Amino acid sequence: MALLEIILIGFGVIVLALVAFVILTFNSLVTLKNRIDNAWSQIDIQLKRRYDLIPNLVETVKGYAKHEKEVFENVTKARAGLMNATTVAEKAKADNMLTSTLKSLFAVSENYPQLRANENFKMLQEEVSNTENKIAYSRQFYNDSVLEFNTKIQTIPTNIFAGMMGFAAREFFKTEGVERENVKVKF
Amino acid sequence: MRQHGACLRCGFCLGVFMVSFYDRIEANKRNSYVLVFFVFLLVFAMVYVFSWMFFGDDLFGFFLGAIASIIYIGITYFFAGKIVLSMSGAREASKDEYPYLFNTVENISIAAGIPAPKPYIIDDPAMNAFAVGNSPDKACVAFTTGLVKSLNRAELEGVVAHEISHIKNYDSKMATLAVVMVGLIAILSDLGLRSMFWGRRGGGGGRGRGGGIMMLIGLAMMILAPIAAHLVRLALSREREYLADATAAQLTRYPEGLASALSKLSSHSAVQRSSDATAPLYIANPLTVNGLFSTHPPIIERIKRLRAM
Repeated sequence: MALLEIILIGFGVIVLALVAFVILTFNSLVTLKNRIDNAWSQIDIQLKRRYDLIPNLVETVKGYAKHEKEVFENVTKARAGLMNATTVAEKAKADNMLTSTLKSLFAVSENYPQLRANENFKMLQEEVSNTENKIAYSRQFYNDSVLEFNTKIQTIPTNIFAGMMGFAAREFFKTEGVERENVKVKF
Repeated sequence: MRQHGACLRCGFCLGVFMVSFYDRIEANKRNSYVLVFFVFLLVFAMVYVFSWMFFGDDLFGFFLGAIASIIYIGITYFFAGKIVLSMSGAREASKDEYPYLFNTVENISIAAGIPAPKPYIIDDPAMNAFAVGNSPDKACVAFTTGLVKSLNRAELEGVVAHEISHIKNYDSKMATLAVVMVGLIAILSDLGLRSMFWGRRGGGGGRGRGGGIMMLIGLAMMILAPIAAHLVRLALSREREYLADATAAQLTRYPEGLASALSKLSSHSAVQRSSDATAPLYIANPLTVNGLFSTHPPIIERIKRLRAM
């Protein structure tokens, strides 16, 4: 009966190894997924910071440049668009749109030296610039995390189990499209 | 200052690189605990032998050894970072004085996905920096005034990214603990050696039962401890520095920033308030004379690797 025992033990070892592999894989996928969610919430925090800065900014600029109605409308619309976005793709698109309308706003304000000298305006411009920088960095971390996660669930042997465990590829936070278009400034 | 030149290449390497990066964190955490364990044993043994030589009582020595070891480990583990900071004469940086530095540290921390470490400043015209801390949320990062003044934005970002890589890697934990725990052992063993030569109280050598052997063991330990200290610092291998450089390049997506900073640092890194003990923590060798054991890889090689990315 020695051979039978050896076969059984061998089989048991294989099953144990498989179970261990599945558990370790699941845990690491959960860790990666949580990192993505954490990275996303970081983006959200920065987006919200910028969102909150905008009304004050628009009011300050209006004080000096009342006639630039189109610019103000664009910014306000883009800001509302961000509020309504839910998925990653929608938020990316809305964020890019808002960034380019803000670029127009700052470009326009170049024509109003009194506005440029205004302390409040300077502070807000700096804050918005800082926040956009932070958005860029948190977007980078988010995309890095998504890349790692997606790569893992698409490579062998993890891809065999990933679907069964309920892990699906996540979307990147893209910057193409709106941001790359030329910014039109009307005087 | 965002550069997108190396984006594609970095993106490709990223997938392969990320795996080893997070593995390294586990390895460093493990090694830290192994280090603590061995230091515990070493201190225990030293105190035991020491008290045996002075008081000639086994049991007393045992308890003294255990208590001393626990206290030693406790103090060094929790205060290692603060000890290094005060040894180096670092002071907390104020956000008003260094807004750009604070911003850079915050931004790179976001890119690394860790809480931002507290920035410290060392008043020294040399250009250097180091990071300490047992975990990312308790970490501190220090820069000399010389460095902050002389580097441009991209270069500063590179240095900050290098330090934050060490923190994220738990390299800082490993390095800070090694430097402090082992450094103190070197001091203690030095004390032990001195008191041995100045005579002993109690019944040391006359007690039958291998008294002579114990003395030899004690002597051997006092001499070996500093050597062990050197070896531990060597074990903080040069690989750490290369890896931190690579991670920094990945965080900034602009290896030239750090490369350029390193070339500026290469001839101006000698910090006054540094010592043999804390040298391994700095980004570039802070000692004026290179000791027998150098824990930093040659800067030229580091620059070469960065520029090849």
